[in-house]
Amino acid sequence: MPDSSAVEHGASVAAEHEEHPAYLRHHFESTEQQADATNFAMWLFLLTEIMFFGGLFTAYLIYRNWYYQAFVAASHQLSIPLGGFNTLLLIVSSFTMAMGVWCAETRRKSGLVLCLCMTLVLGLGFLGVKSVEYREKFEKHHVPSYHYSLNSFLDPDSDEAAKAAGDKPLPLDVARHTEVYFSLYFAMTGMHALHMIIGVGILVFMIFRAQAGAYTTGHVTFVENFGLYWHFVDIIWIFLFPLLYLISRH
Amino acid sequence: MSESTIVKLPDQSTARIPKMNYLSKENGILSWLLTGDHKRIAILYLISLSFFFFIGGALAGLIRLELLTPQADLMATDTYNKVFTMHGVIMIFFFLVPSVPATLGNFLIPMMIGAKDLALPKINLLSWYLYMAGGLLALYTMATGGVDTGWTFTTPLSTHYVNTNVLTTGLAAFIAGFSSIFTGLNFIVTIHKMRAPGMTWFKLPLFVWAHYAASVLMVLATPVVAIAIVLVALERTIGIGVFDPTKGGDPILFQHLFWFYSHPAVYIMILPGMGVISEVISTFSRKRVFGYTAVAFSSVAIAIFGFFVWAHHMFIMGISNYAVLVFSLLTMLVAVPSAIKIFNWTFTLYKGSITFETPMIYAFGFMGLFTIGGLTGVFLGVSGTDIHLTETYFIVAHFHFVMVGGMLMAFLSGIHFWWPKMTGRMYPEKISQLAAVVTFIGFNFTFFPQFILGTLGMPRRYASYPPEFQILNVFSTAGATILGVGYLLPVLYLVWSLRYGKIAGNNPWQATGLEWQTQSPPLTENFVKMPIMDHDVYDYEWLEAQQEKEKEVASA
Ligand code: HEM
Ligand SMILES: [Cu+2]
Repeated sequence: MPDSSAVEHGASVAAEHEEHPAYLRHHFESTEQQADATNFAMWLFLLTEIMFFGGLFTAYLIYRNWYYQAFVAASHQLSIPLGGFNTLLLIVSSFTMAMGVWCAETRRKSGLVLCLCMTLVLGLGFLGVKSVEYREKFEKHHVPSYHYSLNSFLDPDSDEAAKAAGDKPLPLDVARHTEVYFSLYFAMTGMHALHMIIGVGILVFMIFRAQAGAYTTGHVTFVENFGLYWHFVDIIWIFLFPLLYLISRH
Repeated sequence: MSESTIVKLPDQSTARIPKMNYLSKENGILSWLLTGDHKRIAILYLISLSFFFFIGGALAGLIRLELLTPQADLMATDTYNKVFTMHGVIMIFFFLVPSVPATLGNFLIPMMIGAKDLALPKINLLSWYLYMAGGLLALYTMATGGVDTGWTFTTPLSTHYVNTNVLTTGLAAFIAGFSSIFTGLNFIVTIHKMRAPGMTWFKLPLFVWAHYAASVLMVLATPVVAIAIVLVALERTIGIGVFDPTKGGDPILFQHLFWFYSHPAVYIMILPGMGVISEVISTFSRKRVFGYTAVAFSSVAIAIFGFFVWAHHMFIMGISNYAVLVFSLLTMLVAVPSAIKIFNWTFTLYKGSITFETPMIYAFGFMGLFTIGGLTGVFLGVSGTDIHLTETYFIVAHFHFVMVGGMLMAFLSGIHFWWPKMTGRMYPEKISQLAAVVTFIGFNFTFFPQFILGTLGMPRRYASYPPEFQILNVFSTAGATILGVGYLLPVLYLVWSLRYGKIAGNNPWQATGLEWQTQSPPLTENFVKMPIMDHDVYDYEWLEAQQEKEKEVASA
């Protein structure tokens, strides 16, 4: 990390022009140092998020290895069109977010507000679709513990999705392990959705602040760092989608 | 030994505490609760940590009282389970993990690297609030029935078989975890981005290196225990089956996730203490720390190796024999960097001008007790001996030697060492030397017998035991009483010193760190003007030259 230069660089910049913008916190020498430090902090925070989700991914990989058949059958219960549509929503929202950052940097206030609003709508769309998917799981009794039913796996002909995928009936002891799959499905997508909800909350806050002109006066670190967070949450989904939905289709 | 003390205080008849300092800058409770000043936040932590320490200590007292007699007579056995669980939870998550970093680290890291504050003051304050929220939640669970799973939240016990407050206690630990993530993150960013001109990586005091390594552990390991707690909570509430064998889940996975954090966590609980010891040993033997680079890198090595030994807590849990072999070997490797530190401190003492002020007495205590604790860790890391010793009092003695004999001694050493800097006043020397010796004696009486008990086969976590173990248990309880006195004394005389202590001046110890080259207590912005690090770290000759210069200026 080429950072020892950052401090020296910061000091020389401060010496060059004495007046500081209002957003420079007192303990920093220069706005560059401030932006540098906050960006670095955000990357570190994302690193902790990787470790957080890493625990879940590890669990998923282990159990998929152990209970391969059950995982294949259970994943056929997910809807690729819905999941795919959600993936599309998130990718587009990453684009609008990136545009938002660009607007903030080039000091276009209305552009920024528009981009943030679009990101918000796309994020809400994602959560909406997700809740449709969750509801379907409830109805089919695929939520662990909640009257969990093995019907779709013991008798695939009674279940449209299983039939469409051409599933064969599973023996009882194998079918039981589909519950582990759905445990992980809800834990992983649930944690992801929680991150989306937090993101949406921050977006609403940012839209009001952006409307008041807070991010278009040169101080863009907050927008930039939120952008990093939003992209990160998208990337998690980019891993979840193939692992949960796609990997077992042939 | 040429002189018996290195302390140089200003003339007490004329000396004053500087009018302008971080304590006097603003008044009122709000100026504290909303502060961004790393020094004030450190003080907030110091007060709240001490509070939790004494609650945890009271619980320990109850444990030792119960174990005075072989029968379970003081309390019901399930109350006993709750008492030792809450003792562990409070001491580990609310005292030891934040102890040195959140107080001394917070106060000193910016000063040592010549910065005005940590990089993220608001996040720093937030982490104190999280800590308090977690701590109060833990107290609340204690008041409403407690929890009895042991601090390790072992599944399926915690998910299926107990109906105590696992959820709220888990949540408390989860919140405290975020507090420690934010502290670690703040330190890393600060050390990377806020160093004063000339402060290169190899001029950083070893205290800073140790905190850097501990911060890496906090940032990378804590999220893993967070997700483990989330999964336990989901399993308890909605019944997902990731750890539930009846559904095809595997409780061993919980153990992996938990120890993936909790082994690194033991290094979070010792590395900052090692940082304190490096500073103290150097100052009180008037020598540069021997093998500075080796000590610095051994901190990093501990952090790295620390990630690859977690399964030594699982030798008897049904992991494969090959895994046992590998983790046993790696465990022995991780003892090497710890040993490097002990050797280098010893070499620093060699031919140094040693004086025996209180911080140094604690530091000697640390070196002896940590060495025993670390070596017995190797007994536990050898899979053969571990099968005999695991889940006995041998483990209890092992980790109390490293955590109490190590980290707590280091904490007290550091508090005494930097007390003049934090408050502007000296603590009373004689009585605090006495307290340090009392602590050392009490500690050995309390925990050494437990090694013997463990080898004889007394299991941990039971309220009753066979009568032949009583003698050693009585020793242990008597020792705990002495130890209690040793911990109460500092509270009394430190509070006393706030008013009546001698005025300390900038640098009572003649120490070389940047934090000593400014007034005590420091200004809110730490330095009058940005310091420039134009000399080497632990450079006592530079310090002498500097003082000569000041004298000349004063007389001219
Ligand atoms: C220096 C090298 C060290 C080695 C080789 C070592 C080794 C071990 C081993 C193998 C165990 C597991 C025993 C078992 O479960 O059967 C253990 C337990 C433990 N160690 Fe260490 N250790 C070391 C240092 C430390 C330090 C520095 C700390 C804390 C500051 C620490 C805290 C603990 C704790 C808390 C436990 C028990 C956890 C529990 O089951 O409740 N150890 N140690
Ligand atoms: Cu360990």
